[in-house]
Amino acid sequence: MIPLVEDTLTKADVQDKLGEVFSHYQGERQELIPILQETQARFRYLPAAAMREISRFLRLPESTVYGVSTFYAQFKLKPLGRCIIRVCRGTACHVRGSGKVLAEIEKQLGIKAGETTADMEYTLETVACIGACALAPTMTIDNETYGKMTTQRVAEVLGVTRKA
Amino acid sequence: MSPEKPDSTTKQRTVFICQGTGCVSGKAFEITAALKAAVTELGLKDVNIDYTGCHGFCEQGPVAIVEPEGIFYTHVTPADAREIIESHIRDGKPVERLFYKDPATGEAIPYHKDIKFYNMQQRIILRNCGRLNPERIEDYIAVGGYASLTKALKEMNPEMVIEEIKRSGLRGRGGAGFPTGLKWEFCRRAAGEPKYMICNADEGDPGAFMDRSTMEGDPNTVIEGMAIAAYAIGASEGYIYIRAEYPLAVKRVRLAIQQAEAKGFLGDGILGSGFSFHIHVKEGAGAFVCGEETALMASIEGKRGMPRSRPPFPATSGLWGKPSNINNVKSLATVPVIIARGADWYAATGTEKSKGTCVFALTGKIANSGLIEVPMGIPLRKIIYEIGGGIPGGKNFKAVQTGGPSGGCLPAEYLDSPVDYESLTAAGSMMGSGGMVVMDEETCMVDIARYFLSFTQAESCGKCVPCRVGTKQMLDILERICRGEGEPEDIPRLERLGNDIKAGSLCQLGQTAPNPVLTTLRYFRDEYEAHINEKRCPALSCTSLISFYIDPDKCQGCGICLRSCPAECIAGDKRLVHVIDQEKCARCGTCLEVCPARFGAVVKVSGETLDVPAVPTPVKEKPKAAAA
Repeated sequence: MIPLVEDTLTKADVQDKLGEVFSHYQGERQELIPILQETQARFRYLPAAAMREISRFLRLPESTVYGVSTFYAQFKLKPLGRCIIRVCRGTACHVRGSGKVLAEIEKQLGIKAGETTADMEYTLETVACIGACALAPTMTIDNETYGKMTTQRVAEVLGVTRKA
Repeated sequence: MSPEKPDSTTKQRTVFICQGTGCVSGKAFEITAALKAAVTELGLKDVNIDYTGCHGFCEQGPVAIVEPEGIFYTHVTPADAREIIESHIRDGKPVERLFYKDPATGEAIPYHKDIKFYNMQQRIILRNCGRLNPERIEDYIAVGGYASLTKALKEMNPEMVIEEIKRSGLRGRGGAGFPTGLKWEFCRRAAGEPKYMICNADEGDPGAFMDRSTMEGDPNTVIEGMAIAAYAIGASEGYIYIRAEYPLAVKRVRLAIQQAEAKGFLGDGILGSGFSFHIHVKEGAGAFVCGEETALMASIEGKRGMPRSRPPFPATSGLWGKPSNINNVKSLATVPVIIARGADWYAATGTEKSKGTCVFALTGKIANSGLIEVPMGIPLRKIIYEIGGGIPGGKNFKAVQTGGPSGGCLPAEYLDSPVDYESLTAAGSMMGSGGMVVMDEETCMVDIARYFLSFTQAESCGKCVPCRVGTKQMLDILERICRGEGEPEDIPRLERLGNDIKAGSLCQLGQTAPNPVLTTLRYFRDEYEAHINEKRCPALSCTSLISFYIDPDKCQGCGICLRSCPAECIAGDKRLVHVIDQEKCARCGTCLEVCPARFGAVVKVSGETLDVPAVPTPVKEKPKAAAA
């Protein structure tokens, strides 16, 4: 089971942002995934307090909201870093050495895939395929794609975001 | 493509920049801006700067094409923009250094139509990709877009549309190859209202990107195909389920829907007929299993995307229990062409049972990576060596993987077999969604099997035991073999488990998950045996089974490896032969990469130990002539 993060956010803290999210929806069950996506876009994760409010809004058991949130890889129950780095582990990237690129990033950031740096700057994830296989091995930082990666280029690419 | 020579007197010219995901990552937006700036600066009037979706030749990106002459530029950078405009557009002298170079001959090829990668293809699904601006519906209409929808609505009844698709022999391009027309007929005949038309754009196979490119490059063709299908089955609501990992595709599809609504191709009473159809975009949330149709529908309903057993099939009980039809992006993109040009025309391409064309994402160890569309039945060899340009770096072909995690690896003896649904299935692989990953001698087949299993294992939804537990067991065994801890009984164990998982799993994810393992066991059993019996990785790829040594006869004591080694496990000094501490070595291969080619002193071995000095010794003197 994936534990809910005990954060300090309360119902009052999430109400404003959620009210805006809910204003785009009718409160039907089929809206659960889009609501979770929009909520995550605002909080950068799914706070427990927000999930409780969503279950109330859709009149669904909290367990259902939790179940859907943990089923899909997109949803995060822990706060994410400022930059999200995704290293593609698709087949084309795998045979062209994405494993080494991932190891180099892990080394430079001092975290493993799935973790966030202590200063909340970077979250490192792996994805199955970003569909830019001809540029393998690839990685993305937020929505920017970097192709034909090498271990030597890692510092350069990470440097881009450090300056920002 | 215009056949004439470049001619500076041609009046209106257009520079099309590719703005597919691949080229955008290579700064296509900046290039477009730089081209526009150059045109303004030079005060040129008779040139447009425009953009297209993916050309498919991402390897060469960012690419640009100058029409009407059809000059093709590769690896364009923002810094090249000025030269393209000045030299080519203003002075009529195309920029030679940006021409495509044939990987075999090194010859520069100026024209798009002369490039082997393109001229051996036959593009039906991708007919407009790279040829028009995907964000302007007018461009699509100008090349005959929405004429098929108009024809279907005004000249054909739904039964006639279904009959035409049936006669064309079109089969589902999502993997299993079920006849599309028949699927539509089942849904049309099913009792219940309303009916739903769904487009499966949840392209989750690692190594496949044709659906993304189609949606980014020609979103209207998918929408037109959906509308024709909806008319045929009698649906008034449609959903297109797109992976959230494809933001550009989502954006362009949404825009195309808006424009189609504004033009009256979608909405109520389309083109003055009694037919109404609305399309909603649903973004996936990252679950591979949602490519399975029942799981996808559960996800649209807002539930966990878990498949259910069939029957009932979606045609009778699908989305919200109503009759639903679900087709892949490529199948739908084909539909407008079949309606426009007729079933006979379409059926003339391909083999007896597999009609038309298929799209492959050709990637891996191949010179020309990219998206290709070829007639069904084409031999693999032609794809890999003629269109793909062969294996780079003088390496040898080992295998080609088709069908993604559901498919298998085929060895060299299949290079001359035709590519179609039946032949691939008979060989133990499958067409799948069209990923085609080429592997060379440096790819370890056990590691590839382990890689795919780690993917399917992570993506197993957990509903049925054979898939949830079985794939985990298979993965554990494969990881052990890759670490050099395999046992001889592991091979029959993997085969038994694999066959049981195929037979017992609920959906295709589990039913096909063992394919990469079973095919590699069938064609590359010797590699498994080498890992297990000799603790040797023949491809020199599995980290636990390889070691690096410095050849005392070749090392010149330059110290590059010592300074680069991240594990700090190399001993040595100036003019001393360097030595790797095998205990501390992390086997990252950095020393091999950095050792200057003129020395070539670092060697990688597996299953053997080399007899080298344990401590640094003086470098052996070379004869004077060689040293100079």
